[in-house]
Amino acid sequence: MTIAFASGKGGTGKTTFSVAFALSADDNVTFLDCDVEEPDSHFFIKPEITGNEKITVPVPVVDSGKCTGCGRCAKVCRFNAITMLGKKPLIFHELCHSCGGCSIACPEKAVSEIQIGTGVISSGIRDHISFYQGLLDIGNTKSPPLIKAVKKKGDGASLVIIDSPPGTSCPMVTALKGADYTVLVTEPAPFALNDLKIAVETVRILGIPFGVVINKSDHPFPQTEEYCRKEAIPVLLKVPEKRAAAEGYSSGESIIKIFPGLGDEIKKAISTIKKEAVR
Amino acid sequence: MNDKKKAKQIVIISGKGGTGKTSITASFAALSRDSVLADCDVDAADLHLVASPRRIAVNSFISGNEAVISPDICTGCGRCSDLCRFEAVSRDESTGKYFVLPVSCEGCGVCVDNCPAGAIDFPQRRCGEWMISETKYGTMVHSRLDAGAENSGKLVTLVRNEAVNAAEKESADLILIDGPPGIGCPVIASLTGTDYILAVTEPTMSGRHDLMRVLDLAGHFKIPVFVCINKWDINPEITKDIEKLSAEKNAEILGRIPYDMNITLAQIKGISAVEITDSIAAKEITAIWKKLKQKIL
Repeated sequence: MTIAFASGKGGTGKTTFSVAFALSADDNVTFLDCDVEEPDSHFFIKPEITGNEKITVPVPVVDSGKCTGCGRCAKVCRFNAITMLGKKPLIFHELCHSCGGCSIACPEKAVSEIQIGTGVISSGIRDHISFYQGLLDIGNTKSPPLIKAVKKKGDGASLVIIDSPPGTSCPMVTALKGADYTVLVTEPAPFALNDLKIAVETVRILGIPFGVVINKSDHPFPQTEEYCRKEAIPVLLKVPEKRAAAEGYSSGESIIKIFPGLGDEIKKAISTIKKEAVR
Repeated sequence: MNDKKKAKQIVIISGKGGTGKTSITASFAALSRDSVLADCDVDAADLHLVASPRRIAVNSFISGNEAVISPDICTGCGRCSDLCRFEAVSRDESTGKYFVLPVSCEGCGVCVDNCPAGAIDFPQRRCGEWMISETKYGTMVHSRLDAGAENSGKLVTLVRNEAVNAAEKESADLILIDGPPGIGCPVIASLTGTDYILAVTEPTMSGRHDLMRVLDLAGHFKIPVFVCINKWDINPEITKDIEKLSAEKNAEILGRIPYDMNITLAQIKGISAVEITDSIAAKEITAIWKKLKQKIL
């Protein structure tokens, strides 16, 4: 089973709760940090990193001996990654989406593909958790290929927990696709509620069952719970704001150390999720 | 007539989400009054929740295309599915025909170009909408990306360009850009060509780690960068460390903002943090704004 943690708005507690769930689970967990632009779960899981694997994506190169300058490759590229300079194709790898269209289109078979780096997957173990995180190279614009590579590490595992990137566009969708259940982490405040609604819409489009964790649940903003009630969204867990939690977070301490009993509540939430996910 | 002065652009980013980008952008907007606002966190646009916009213009954001297989023409050969590198094409087991999952379609057109039956249409895709609004703080350009939509980087660029047009029209001195979290496509789109970056961070291991990646990104694009530390008193040690590391990367620290529930309360009231006058955070944000203004205008 794969449980993904997402939020829409950043900083609501995706990492806090994905880690808390992983630490509290009775079963072995494969933890995938798919927030590859800014992966932070390692600060809390503290795995012993034993492997670093460079991840690459295919991009085109042109054999100038074979190229006749017909311009077909530039014509089929929808991302403007190939421009004809007279009879010579110029390739911009940073714009390439690795779709392979140009090499299929070339009548002379002059376009082949080479692999270029997009980021690194680090792996390690801590207790019952097998840990993987993707780290996108600085200046790289496209995170989905790396997110997909991280997700492959969960193949075959019985319980996978995914820490997804914020937002509701392609990186978040890539991280969530194929998950059995999504936990949307929110806090009772206008910004987070606005973004929660968009995240709910996205998860519904993806057809994934989901529930909500309300972090800092004691904020004077009842609209978040009202929204969940109206939309019949299960609230899996509510955790109040505590300065000690913020301080603990700052130095890499999991929230389950701050709230005694939270670990048991999470175990209950996991069994609820297991029931909801198989329905 | 003199040449029109071009408005300066400053983008507020953070790396890590939830450090206070939007609260600070809204506060600066309230303090400056004559800046143009651009909400470039297009996935999770929230500035409108405190700026009280009255929409003047609403436009669809059309970007890229999306493959649609016509079941009447599809012969079920499966070439599209073999060629698609984005796992966007699936087979309908009951009919043997293929179909495209819109959320997975990259818009590359490979299936369209290579379908032997010519069964695949490639209509333009609506990815959201963008608006120009009057707000209590001045003109704002903002948008709403559809749930699960692609091309947020292009929408960011569009919002910024429209903000530049608005600033020209109004002869505004400054464009305040509320940026997205992360360091990827929409972040790069929101900072390329800006004059300054303000990175808002928090003294946590995550905040520090993510800030360093933002400072490296700023260095990569050679854009001057300022730093302010929100909730600094949660961990004074990491605050000091961030200040040291920032200096090493030539990022100037503009100030420290204390942990203050008033920032959330302001949001709940639908106003910017500096409009709660007795807040200790508001005092510091105001001081940071004054410093920043001196340096960039």
